[in-house]
Order: sequence, then structure tokens, then C-alpha cells
Amino acid sequence: MAGLEECEANLVVFLHPSKANCASDAILSELSSLLFTYNETFGGVVLAYDPSIRSNLAKIVPGTFPCFGVQLKAKLLLFNPKPDMVLEGEVVKLTPNSIHAVVLGFSSAVIADDDIRDEFKHKVKGGEEVYVSRTHRKHKIKVGAILRFTVKSFDEEILHISGSLLAPHTGGARWLDKNTDEWSRADSTATKRNTDKLLINGDTSMKNDEQIEKPKKRRRQQS
Amino acid sequence: MGAPDMDELSFTDSQLHFYVKDALKAAIQGDCDFYNQLVAVIHRKERLSAADVALLVTCLKAVTGAVSCIHISHHKSLLAAILRMSLWDYGTNVMDALLELLVALASSNGEHVNLCLEMLVSNFVPPSAYFEKHRGPSKKSEVLDRVHSTLIDIANLVPLSPLILEKIVRDKMPHVYVKEQPIVMYVENMLRLESGAMGELVGSMALIVLMDKLVELDVEIAWKDILEDDFQKDVFDFELEDLAEPADNFNQENKEFTREASMQRFCSGNHPEKLDSLMVLTFEHLKCCFETGRLVQVFEILLQSFRITVLTAYKSKFAQFVMFYACSLDPENCGKLFADALVDIFVNGVHPEWRMSAVAYLASYLARAKFLPVPLIAIMLERVVDWCSKYCKNWGSDINPKAQKVFYAGCQATMYVLCFRMKQMLAIPRLKSQLQLMQIDAILGHPLKPLQVCLPSIVDEFLRQAKENRVCFLPERLADQDFLESKHSTVFGGTEKLGMFFPFDPILLPNCDRYIRPNYVYWSMVRSSYDEEGTSDEDVADAYDCEDGMSIPDDRSGKGCDEEDCDADEFSPSFEKMSITPRDSSHRFGGRMPSRIRPSMSPESL
Repeated sequence: MAGLEECEANLVVFLHPSKANCASDAILSELSSLLFTYNETFGGVVLAYDPSIRSNLAKIVPGTFPCFGVQLKAKLLLFNPKPDMVLEGEVVKLTPNSIHAVVLGFSSAVIADDDIRDEFKHKVKGGEEVYVSRTHRKHKIKVGAILRFTVKSFDEEILHISGSLLAPHTGGARWLDKNTDEWSRADSTATKRNTDKLLINGDTSMKNDEQIEKPKKRRRQQS
Repeated sequence: MGAPDMDELSFTDSQLHFYVKDALKAAIQGDCDFYNQLVAVIHRKERLSAADVALLVTCLKAVTGAVSCIHISHHKSLLAAILRMSLWDYGTNVMDALLELLVALASSNGEHVNLCLEMLVSNFVPPSAYFEKHRGPSKKSEVLDRVHSTLIDIANLVPLSPLILEKIVRDKMPHVYVKEQPIVMYVENMLRLESGAMGELVGSMALIVLMDKLVELDVEIAWKDILEDDFQKDVFDFELEDLAEPADNFNQENKEFTREASMQRFCSGNHPEKLDSLMVLTFEHLKCCFETGRLVQVFEILLQSFRITVLTAYKSKFAQFVMFYACSLDPENCGKLFADALVDIFVNGVHPEWRMSAVAYLASYLARAKFLPVPLIAIMLERVVDWCSKYCKNWGSDINPKAQKVFYAGCQATMYVLCFRMKQMLAIPRLKSQLQLMQIDAILGHPLKPLQVCLPSIVDEFLRQAKENRVCFLPERLADQDFLESKHSTVFGGTEKLGMFFPFDPILLPNCDRYIRPNYVYWSMVRSSYDEEGTSDEDVADAYDCEDGMSIPDDRSGKGCDEEDCDADEFSPSFEKMSITPRDSSHRFGGRMPSRIRPSMSPESL
């Protein structure tokens, strides 16, 4: 998924002298205080870390009380969504005016109705709210489904993403994966759409033969 | 389209939010007409007619549909109007509309999350007018059920919101000087969060903040509030008076006068009542946790908090009973965990005052916890004695109360526990031999002379019991003054008087006492179990099993409580001193030790 990157960082962790006999635990707890917060130095939200401490020696830093600084290299997994990146998240709520999703289990994403393309219509079917595409009846966005959207903006403090479903390659991830041809050519006029339909019909048989089997994505349990 | 007049609205809900969006966008440009009308509707609070309520609900729903256009700096007055609404002032339909709006606000923009959560937390407690109007409990459950379910809804949409919520709940905790009802309600809400869906995320904060608040209230209660007036009769007898029938109490005017006066003086202050209510709330919560099988996890958090705040507080008076009650609910797990932790701090700790404090807690706990199995008490005692034994093998020098204070604390703790539990331990042959193997006499007879340093009342009682039961052979204490402190024991306790700290002495808070009483060992139970010669093992067991400490043996020895006052027996003065923290009659440090005030409920509970 876009927005995730690994990086290697050279870090120095300063520890209080009382932690001298449990330094590795103290280092891990210092590193874990970085998690799920946006860090400007690293340029992203730290999601995971993998430290490797080279030596047992640490430098004592003078001060009000002497701390000791441990040098280490750590592999960090960073999350830094930028505008126009395509992200995926699980839909948690649908309203007539917005779609709410959660990305990677921790980052909330919202798509306001102004950013949902006209193709999608909000309906209530059997008590359930759903967004259905007017052109492709099988293209649905339901609670619990995976949504693919583009990033409009990212609030670094609360890690909140504002997204958009205006682009044709956004929508329900499952349908998009199965019907790549439909949307890759689906921009603009009706005539073109009609000719596309003919081409698609012709192509589908070939596609079925060549198609790589995609594993069925199970619907994640709603939290 | 021009700004419609609010009073003439006849659009459907779905159309209305378009107008609101336009109004919001227009307000940014400067055209605030409709926007201001909207704000005015939301501001209305007093005496709303049915039509007003309907209008308010419609407006809230319309704004819900337009949240994506709300801007935190351009629409300050609208946000302020929404966020200052209190759920307690409205009916359920307004509440529901408002809460839906809050969820939409929180999930639409990261900047709003903080504000929405703060607004919800401030609704934990109703405005002060609510308490004066004495509205029924249905309103309370209407509001609080909705508040908590909204918090969960927001957490589902914004997974990191519990982090922010934790901080807000902690910061908004009322100060100790706030009135009782708001604090109690706030704590109720915190505990509800702890046992709710977000319990794993915010629960430990809730418990730690609660313990901190209990200790804060505890510290606000001055020791002098608990002290007795100076009167002739020895204070210790108060605990033994629990055995007396109610008639006796009323006959002895002296006692009643002092008891009533003390109760009045004690509970007239705010803090004891607040502490009492909060602790009862905590007890009930712990009971629920036990019933749902979560007590051990909750206990571990409480234990952490105990180590950091209660143990290190200067002589916490009642807050520690939270631990006592939790242990009584689950003696096998929590009871043992607590004892283990205390022994560990004593044996392996670094800070001497905290080690002394820990062993004082241990001694008082092992002595008073009716629910602890005697073998466990023996094991814990053995660990303390082992440490003392190793210690005195390394130190051969003479008596030195200041330097060896941890050692003396350990010795005193051992003697104190044995004063309460010796008979019980001797009744079980395996424990009897375990006790004999501990070689306590070697430690107590050591050149460091713990018998001269520890509190004389405890030493005397211990020696008396040891001699009677032929457990170990030790000389009688040489000095026979009647003071409760020898010159050495004041030194070993230091200015903080840690030598006279018995944390689980009978609790003075009336409502808490009801919870603690069934699981508590009163000195009267111990005393009466060997009041007569030739007590059999069953009698010992009976004495401890008796509820409420009423365990006067029937007429066999002919000794009742009434007689002890006349009893010129040389044993009785030191005997009764065992019941509670002894009073410092020397007035040396200007402060006096607390003594027992019988809770006002006790005659009824007998």
C-alpha cells in the first residue's frame, strides 16, 4: 500500500541512571513512546521498530544528573500518506453525507459527500446503508468492505485522513480488482463508455483465461 | 437562494442541510444572516415548547449533515453553542440529535476530536442545579448511557481517540475540595469506562487516578481529627467493647459520651464522608470485577498504584483498605499476590523507610486478614524471619535503633503477627514445627536486643504468649515501666513513628466498615480464644470464625467484658494494648497516635 515505507535510523537513546541494569527494556519502552505519533525527523508516523544495539558501551552525558546515551540502529516502519496517494481502509460507517473508514487499524479516514463522485448513490437496503454505483450495479460500498480512496490531506496530530472518491480508480477494492478494465477506461463520455462495453464483452473471455487468481479477501470482522 | 427565515422552515431534513452548508460557506465570506439564526436556535435552553424542541432537533440534524463544511476558526460561535449544551438540560430526542452531531463532528475532522471528547466528559457530572432539584435516577441513566455509548461510537470511528480520552478524563478529575456528589458521580463514570468496552485502553488510568484521589483525600484527613480526647480510661478497651451487649454501652455514660463526640467530630468534616463514599464505590466495583472474573488484572494495576502512592504516602489511614477488600474477595490469588509483594519490598527493597512501611503493612495484613489460610501466613512469616536471621548473623554489634531500624521493624512485625496468630499456628502440627524451626528466640535474643527496642506492649504480649505456649524461651522484658514506648522504640521509629504504624487497624469510616467487618480479625477474637485455660483447638477455630468478633465463651471462665475493668490482673494492661495502635502517653512529639472510634453502625451490626 502506498504511504508505507521502511527506513533505517541511527538513534541515540538517553536513559536515566536508574535503568542501568535493565537497559534493553528501557530502550524498548523509549522506542515504544514513539509509536503512533507523527515524527518530523523521520517524516512519518512510526508504526513499528526493530532495534539492534551494537555494543554494550554507552556514553555518560553530564548534566543535572548524568544520563547515559546508548547508540543504536533501528529499522522503522513509517506511515506518511501524501496527497493523491491511493490508500485502502475498512469501511466503518456510512451516512448520506460521508463515508468513514479506518486505515491500518489506527488511522481514521473520512470522505465527505462533496468528494464522492456522482456515480455513487446512497441507498438504504434492508436496514443497511450502502453506496451503489449507478453505472455498475455490482460496485457497492458497504460497512466492513475495503475501500480504496485517494488522500486529500493528512492531519498529523490526530492522524486523520481526509480522502476522496472522485477518481475513477477509487471505490470498493474488491470490485475494482476484479474489474480493472471497467474503470481504467471509465472516464468521460457515454459514447466511449458504450464502445468500452463492447470491448469489455469481447475481452472478458480472454481475461478469464489469463487472469491471475486473486485471493478472496475475507471481510474483516467489524470492531 | 436567499437565507430562509428559521421560523418558516418547511423543508425536509435532507434539503435543509444544503441550506446549512450554504450558510456556513456564506458565513466565511461574511454573510452571517442564516448562520446567526442557526446559532441562536441552538443557544435556546430555557422553557422550550414542543415546537422549539422540534426546531432544535431539526437544526441539529441539519448541521450534522453539513459537518464537513464546519471550520474550526470561522465557525467559532456555532461550535461554542453546540459544545456548551449540556445533555442534562434536554429531553431524549434533543440528546440523541446532539450526540449524533458530536459523532459526526469528531469523525469529520481531527481538530474537533478533542473538543467533542471534552464536551462528553464534562457531561459526566450534571450542572449543580440538578442536585438541588433532586431529579430521579432515570434522568441520570438516560444521559450517562448515551454519553458512554457515544464515546464508544467515536472510538470505533477514530481509533486513536481513547488516547485523547484518557488524558481528558485524567485532567478533568474534580479537585478534593469539590462537593461529594459531583466527585462520586465522576468516579462512577470513570469506573464505568474501566469496565466498559474501552476498559483495556483507559481502564488502568482510571484505577490509578482513583487510587491517587483516595490517597489525596486520605492525606487531607488530619490525624488530629481522629484522636480521642484525653480521658482517664485506657483507649484500647474500645475495641473490646464491641463484644459488650448494647445495654452495657448505654449504661456507661462515659464511653457513650466520648464515642458520640468522637464520631461527630470525625465525620463532620467533608473529607471523611467523601472518602467513605468513594471507597464504598470502589468496593462495589471490585465486587463486580470479581464476579466477571477480571479481579486479578484489576488487582495488578491496584498493586502497582499501591507501591507508588499508598506505600510511600506518610501513614495512609484508610485508602489501603481497598487492597484489603480486594484480597478478601479472592484470597488465593490477590491475597497471596499482596503478601508476596510486601515481603518482596521488605526483603529486596532499597529505601529503608519504604521497607519498614512494607513490613508494617505486611504485619498488620497477616494479623487482620481473616480470609488468609494459616499456612500462607506461616510461609510469609518465615520469609521475614529468614531475612532477620541472616541479617543478625552479619551484624554482631550492640543495640543501635537508628542504624538497624529495618531489622527492628522486621522483628516487631514478626512478634505482632504471632500475637494474633500464634494459637492458630500451634493448632496445626506441621506449622507448629515450622514455627519452632524458625528459631525466633535466636533472633530475639541476639545482641542487637530487639526486645528492648521494639514497642514494649507488643514485646510483652508476645513474651506472655510465648511463655504460655512454650514456643520459645526468652527472658521477660527487664524494664517494667508502663510506658508504651521505650526510649529505644521512639528512636527506631524515627520522627515518622514508623514503629507505631499499624495500617490495617480497624477502619473508622462507617460505610466501609460494613464491607470489611466480615473478613476482619479483631483483637477481641484472639483474646477470647485463650481467655480460658485449656482452650481446645476447636475453641480457637470458633473464636476466629465468629462474625463481628463476638466470641465471649459462654460462662465457662466467667469472665465477661464487664469484669475486665475491675480485673486487677497484671496481664490486662498490656493485654489490651495489643488491640490497636498504642497511644503515646509521653507526649514527646506533640502528636498522638490514633485510636479506635467505634463506628456508629456497630451496635446494629452486632
